[in-house]
Amino acid sequence: MGADMLAIDRAARAIGQQAVLSVQGLSVEFGPSGNSVYAVNDVSFELAEGESLAIVGESGSGKSVTVQTLMGLIRKPPGRVTTGRALFRGRDLLAMPDSELRRIRGRDIAMIFQDPMSSLNPVLTIGLQLTEALREHQGLPVKEAERQALDMLDLVGIANAAQRMQAFPHQFSGGQLQRIGIAMALVCKPSILIADEPTTALDVTIQAQIVELVVRLQKQLGMAIIWISHDLSLVAGFVDRVAVMYAGSIVEQAPVERLFAAPVHPYTIGLLNSIPSLNAANTRLVPIKGAPPNVTLPPTFCAFAPRCEHTVARCREAKPVLETVGAGHATACWRWRELAQAPRMPAAPIERVAAAPASQAPLLVVSGLKVHFPIRRGVLRRQVGAVRAVDGVSFEVMRGETLALVGESGCGKSTTGRAVLGLERPDEGSILFDGKDYAGATGDALKQRRRDMQMVFQNPFGSLNPRMTVGRIIGEGLRAQKIGTRASRDARVSELLALVGLREALRNRYPFELSGGQRQRVGIARALAANPKFIIADEPISALDVSIQAQIVNLLDDLKTRLGLTYLFVGHDLSMIRYLSDRVAVMYLGRIVETGSTNAVFGAPLHPYTRALLSAIPVPDPKAGGTRRRIVLGGTVPDPSRPPPGCHFHPRCPLATDICARVEPQVRDFGANGAGRHLVACHHAGEATP
Amino acid sequence: MLSYLLRKLLLSIPVLFGVTVIVFAIAHAMPGDAVLAMITAEAPSSEELIAMRRGELGLDQQVYVQYLNWIGQVLHGNLGRSFVNGRGVGDIVGERLPMTLELMGVALLAAFVIGTTLGVISALRQYKLTDYSLTLAGFVGVSIPDFFMGLLLVYVFALELRWLPSSGISTAGENFSLLDNLRHLVLPAAALALFRAAIFMRYARAGMLEVLNQSYMRTAKAKGLRPGTITLRHGLRNALIPLVTVFGLALPTLFGGSVVVETIFQWPGIGLMFIDSVVNRDSPVIMGYVLITAIIVMLANLATDLAYSVLDPRVSYD
Repeated sequence: MGADMLAIDRAARAIGQQAVLSVQGLSVEFGPSGNSVYAVNDVSFELAEGESLAIVGESGSGKSVTVQTLMGLIRKPPGRVTTGRALFRGRDLLAMPDSELRRIRGRDIAMIFQDPMSSLNPVLTIGLQLTEALREHQGLPVKEAERQALDMLDLVGIANAAQRMQAFPHQFSGGQLQRIGIAMALVCKPSILIADEPTTALDVTIQAQIVELVVRLQKQLGMAIIWISHDLSLVAGFVDRVAVMYAGSIVEQAPVERLFAAPVHPYTIGLLNSIPSLNAANTRLVPIKGAPPNVTLPPTFCAFAPRCEHTVARCREAKPVLETVGAGHATACWRWRELAQAPRMPAAPIERVAAAPASQAPLLVVSGLKVHFPIRRGVLRRQVGAVRAVDGVSFEVMRGETLALVGESGCGKSTTGRAVLGLERPDEGSILFDGKDYAGATGDALKQRRRDMQMVFQNPFGSLNPRMTVGRIIGEGLRAQKIGTRASRDARVSELLALVGLREALRNRYPFELSGGQRQRVGIARALAANPKFIIADEPISALDVSIQAQIVNLLDDLKTRLGLTYLFVGHDLSMIRYLSDRVAVMYLGRIVETGSTNAVFGAPLHPYTRALLSAIPVPDPKAGGTRRRIVLGGTVPDPSRPPPGCHFHPRCPLATDICARVEPQVRDFGANGAGRHLVACHHAGEATP
Repeated sequence: MLSYLLRKLLLSIPVLFGVTVIVFAIAHAMPGDAVLAMITAEAPSSEELIAMRRGELGLDQQVYVQYLNWIGQVLHGNLGRSFVNGRGVGDIVGERLPMTLELMGVALLAAFVIGTTLGVISALRQYKLTDYSLTLAGFVGVSIPDFFMGLLLVYVFALELRWLPSSGISTAGENFSLLDNLRHLVLPAAALALFRAAIFMRYARAGMLEVLNQSYMRTAKAKGLRPGTITLRHGLRNALIPLVTVFGLALPTLFGGSVVVETIFQWPGIGLMFIDSVVNRDSPVIMGYVLITAIIVMLANLATDLAYSVLDPRVSYD
């Protein structure tokens, strides 16, 4: 660092500038001018030393572009910074040449990324990737860099760090990789850590581990954090301040308690209303109407106006600027004063239309289902083992009810769903649908089953054929099943479009022309085409934006009532599941550990795994963060080809005793009289967690 | 790993048998035979003499008997004798194979190094003048077939500019020297290499462009590494992985190309030997050539698989 730099540093401190980072009027565009995407519009915020700030927004809100611009990580071209400064300790990051910014990147400002699997280089060892920043910035010799990297690995909780330095990324689990990604970012002890959705690709219990780790490290190392997220509930628990972004602009910024207690911007209020609260499952979700914004229009008006309940002429004519609402609280809305004065409408709780009570006649009975994927080795490809994806699963789905199958990735919930539909061949067990056994069905029997049972897939981007029009996609099942005539099928497609809330005009469009929410509606219409009785929905909302999720959930809810459907809902988003389902089955490593009514399982969970899972759900309430007891599970889910003996959960279980390692627990019914069955497979079910 | 190799080698045995059967059948289906090929060149002979020569060479027997005789010999490590000059096929091949391997090895290496380097440069300068020029050159390169490239090079560099010799492996009448040999090597190797360099370049460009968009490249940049380190250590290592396949696929086409190029440049390798043997209907030599090239191609494929597991730690064979 040159003498002048030191002087500037001193000067900055002398004038009492607390902010380590000050972003002023940042605007970023992509593409040729005149045909630009306005990704970031006039964004300003400050970050104090040691503070943690969350930037929350949906996809396309510009939150990632903002921080990547600060780091010099966006490609130029097509990206362009059109206005703004970003002062890091008084030096403008945006004005300095890349060779100078390079010395700040990784040393003073470090970053962790969303998907730990793809953000580490697959062909280089962990050790090399950990040490290279140290060697670059501090010129350390290999041995010293390795020693410091090892310390950092210990700090982030990687066991046997010394041996694992030579390992490659694919030899770690997702949670471990994110720990390594954090270690990699922190080796040079930066003063700012930027976390770009670091837990979005992880399971909820792993997410809890990572959040806890980052919060602990922040205290230990005294750094400031910018946490980018789409999930307000997640950041509620641990940040100091929140900035909400929409269509490239910050629409509201406030200390975290204030933002949740007294939001003023209609978008923030809308976001909060579309998150199901864990306590109020009987009121209908209030989605934000419409689709995510079009950022190809110049930002000369309020971008939220087309979706806002309170839009007036002025909103469409001029873009609101950030105005101070209170201490540290600012918003960009022309009408915030009037709206704040008007009696607050607490999102008028609409009672959910109660579905006809589920009958006691089961539509689907699955018993002892096993799906094993063989592992073959050796010259003769002999089978040497099996991945026990589903290892003895039994459950029933009553007519007209929604059963949710929940668990973390790799627990076998999706494979179970696929086996029920006949997309996987079960190795053992029976699948009774409407009284007929369909396990391993082929040919006509399978075809008949597919008429009665349909699936809504997770990824509406990948599951629709990009070369087919919406009309053909929806009608394809009818053609395949040879149902009706051409004319009647056309009429049915129109009917289905209306049913899922899509305009008839979309019939001739292709999937890439639709938004995520519209695509998922197409996916639902396709599933409903042949009038099935039973829908398997495999994570149908997890790929969608928060404000759109609520729309789809409400649609599924309505369709169930109107068409008398029965759902098997596979998912990991527990708050949505609590909202949507009548009964829940919790899976762990190929087995169901607890089944019961949603109220019973969420209200009084008996299996220690269920308890840990539930306690890891983020709640949209900053105050609950401190009081709520969290059970953070250690370790990760074991390898399903070598499950632990006895109870699969015992190595991570806080209640485990000798018997758990030896004897597989039998399913026992803990249901209170009249409240239905509450099945738990645990030797210590219901005992208090230490 | 070992069991994987063993399985691959075991699987290649039936493939080799299949290759020999097909080629034997094709050679047999060609009009004429070795005896007729000889007599048309010499004075006309009597029917008795022809029959006698055929009897000596075993050509009067059923095809399958001829094949079984040949394969029986091969299994005893004997590739048979040339019908034309009676020399052992193994000796002929052993004498000529090094020439071909020299030509092919130099051509392949040059193609790989030049092609990959230009491809990476092209990717780093995407949509700039350099990229467009290299892309255009690449299209020209893949559009010119080996034989035409050979003739073009001879015309320009040997006949017009007179910089390099146009044929043979060394200057007649002089003592063999490596330098002289390399001068003779330049044009035939270039004729083989340019087309393949263009292909390597296209694949290297595509591979590098894909790698440049990967998140780990962003991570590397976020660490504050130097641009050179990011490109070479994090980028090239990954971009090379798909090139291994291209490398493996280039080898069989090189044998085909070397037949043409060796003929144009009178390079005394096994390609030239093969053309001569086809003209003479010298089936033991034809079969010897096919067997040797098939074995080399299979070993190359195996080496490709192994190279994968070295370059990409995620790949393991078991």
